[in-house]
Amino acid sequence: MRSDRFAFRSAAVAVVLLCGAGIAPPSVHAVMEPLKFESSSQESRYKALIAELRCLVCQNQNLADSNAELARDLRLLTYNMILSGSSDKDIVQFMVSRYGDFVLYRPPFKPSTALLWLAPLLFMAGGFFVLFRIFRWRKNIRPLDVPPDQRAKVRKLLQDDNSA
Amino acid sequence: MTAELGLLALIIAFCTAVVLGIVPLYGSIRRHTTCIAVARPAVWVQLVFVAIAYGCLTYAFLDNDFSVSYVANNSNSKLPLLYKISGVWAAHEGSLLLWVLILSGWTGAVTIFSRTVPDDMIAKVLGVMGLISVGFLSFILFTSNPFSRQFPPVTEGRDLNPLLQDPGLAIHPPMLYLGYVGFSVVFAFAIAALITGRLDMAWARWSRPWTTTAWSFLTLGIALGSWWAYYELGWGGWWFWDPVENASFMPWLMGTALIHTLAATEKRGVFKAWTVLLAVFTFSLSLLGTFLVRSGVLTSVHAFASDPERGLFILIFLVIVVGGSLTLYAWRAPSIRSVPGFNPVSRESALLINNVLLVTTTATVLLGTLYPLFIDALGLGKISVGPPYFNSIFVPLTVPLVVAMGFGALCRWKKDTFARLRGDLGMLLLASLLAGGICPLAMDHYSLAAASAGTLGCWAMFTAIRGLWIRATPGRRWQGLARTPRAYWGMTLAHSGIGIFVIGVAFTTIYSTEKDLSMAPGERFSVGRYEYQFDGVQNLSGPNYVAQTGTVIISRDGRLIARLSPEKRRYLVQQMPMTEAGIQAGFWGDFYASLGERLDDRGRWAVRVQYKAFIRWIWLGALLMAAGGLLAASDRRYRTVARAPVREPAAQTTPILSG
Repeated sequence: MRSDRFAFRSAAVAVVLLCGAGIAPPSVHAVMEPLKFESSSQESRYKALIAELRCLVCQNQNLADSNAELARDLRLLTYNMILSGSSDKDIVQFMVSRYGDFVLYRPPFKPSTALLWLAPLLFMAGGFFVLFRIFRWRKNIRPLDVPPDQRAKVRKLLQDDNSA
Repeated sequence: MTAELGLLALIIAFCTAVVLGIVPLYGSIRRHTTCIAVARPAVWVQLVFVAIAYGCLTYAFLDNDFSVSYVANNSNSKLPLLYKISGVWAAHEGSLLLWVLILSGWTGAVTIFSRTVPDDMIAKVLGVMGLISVGFLSFILFTSNPFSRQFPPVTEGRDLNPLLQDPGLAIHPPMLYLGYVGFSVVFAFAIAALITGRLDMAWARWSRPWTTTAWSFLTLGIALGSWWAYYELGWGGWWFWDPVENASFMPWLMGTALIHTLAATEKRGVFKAWTVLLAVFTFSLSLLGTFLVRSGVLTSVHAFASDPERGLFILIFLVIVVGGSLTLYAWRAPSIRSVPGFNPVSRESALLINNVLLVTTTATVLLGTLYPLFIDALGLGKISVGPPYFNSIFVPLTVPLVVAMGFGALCRWKKDTFARLRGDLGMLLLASLLAGGICPLAMDHYSLAAASAGTLGCWAMFTAIRGLWIRATPGRRWQGLARTPRAYWGMTLAHSGIGIFVIGVAFTTIYSTEKDLSMAPGERFSVGRYEYQFDGVQNLSGPNYVAQTGTVIISRDGRLIARLSPEKRRYLVQQMPMTEAGIQAGFWGDFYASLGERLDDRGRWAVRVQYKAFIRWIWLGALLMAAGGLLAASDRRYRTVARAPVREPAAQTTPILSG
């Protein structure tokens, strides 16, 4: 299995890198190859792609920021595919077929990631549902009798407070 | 000898913490005054001994005592003095010691600044903080001893990680920890209030300045980290949604929600149960952050499984803290009643909207950070959750938050009407639209996104300032402004900071330019209106590194604008290459150059030049938020409460109780 072999190799590389650098992010410096593009749209597509693809042997870096050998190769691959006319979708599909979803910083929507994408909506819907319940309930609340000693206590605490 | 002394001090501190965690709590429940009186001295004994231990470790660094493994792994005799001092918190063991030192410091601060709080309450607060100290001190003593020696001793240390040899990162962890650990005070107050069952407005008032102070430090810490990433990592990014960053961002978001509900609880006696829960969650997220960063679980689930000792310890500690607090909460919550009602149009409602959005954001960041770990642990494959995900969720949640913020700043407590607000809101909206629409005209191209962000940022600032103006009471405005409490000024400052931050983020994203160039010495290149000239690379050497320093001269219409010196360093001990960006900072934008690879023998180099528009506004916004928080925390009503004589309450204070 080709992908298994790759996974093993990249894991081995990762281990070596991590040990070498004492678990800190590996060699850190900006990466740049001055590349020539036919149009500025190609250049912006290239930049967008390498920003969203993950360097597989780094701790947490995209292709654009990584200085690893593999990242360099994949940048070049992306560049060449763009020049040869591949669409963004082709390039992403090619990367995923080779390295799996791990290469994508924007996880694809599928059963195993459905919760990830839908949860924020659910959280918010739940929150606002509770909110409206509170509004309806709060409007009808009557003042409560506060024991005089507590009332005096709170007054004492609040007396210095002149902000509304 | 120093190392052994430090360990001994740590053990004494641990024993004191055990006493602090048991005796005063017992005393306050059994109303035993002698036991309660133990609390304050115990706090100081613990602080002194933790400080001695910390001093011993610092001395070992200064003394180049490489027989201590921690020093040998994180220092070197050639390391500059500043980094020997900051090296103490550069790795796991030492940073935990700093954690405990700051925790002891906060505990000591509680004994000083909470003299107005009744003794039995303060005994509980100090007791809970003592228990947290027990947890962390035993973590250090049993799993992460910074004082352990190694045989045979080495003659030279392995040097501090070059990434950390930087003034920004030297002060980043203490700031961050001041924030993280500061939330333990709020947590302790919440637990103490739950134990007594007295969740009153006084409790909210005692907690408020601590929350705001801790939050301000956390804000500063996060901003420092972002600033450091910007100039040190070498490619000009300022936020990466890295799990380590998220770990500090989650308590910040939750703490922001907490600050706002505390305001409502203190002023109006509402949301009590919810506020307690937020206090528990905020501190739990601080602990979770420590767990995530320290356990190795982020690198890989398997790294955690192969060396589980430390991770497991924090995980169990986390479960005890969260589980214990929630059990206590479940026991007490039914008796907590928040009495006063309020209208859908009121400041309370605006604060609830704020809370729904902030908690949703926190939960989403938490989910996104942990999701890959769950998927991996369940054997469903490996996925990455990165900036594209977080940005696509974060932006839609933040925009309504800022809109609601402006609304809340103008709303009255309890009951307001749209009819009353309409005039103000309409005028401010118009002014924001106008100002926001005009801003992008000053840039090199018009962008609708920039205009929208400008409108949003101006809305935040204008509503905040308008709120202050109204608050200053009509008639004598200027005198009114002078008499407006610091807390209100603080709020205005912090909300304006949000506006500046929003504009900074949007304009940096939209108007920054970057270009990778291949340049020979003397060669010129035009990008936009600017001309870049490369003057070659020189070899230099620093105290513990050698560097290649390039010179990039930027001019516009023949006039010199900036002279940048991007550097590539190689640190001698760890043989680690580092990039130091050349930056000319400016209020409207930074010129930023970094040096890439050497391309040929005739001195041709790859150079990346960037213009980062409005980037300073991001940190300026954060600074304003932190300054606002500190200003609010220093409001005199938090200090003078008990000493002031009781006077006849004014008529308008009564509705607060009966409304």
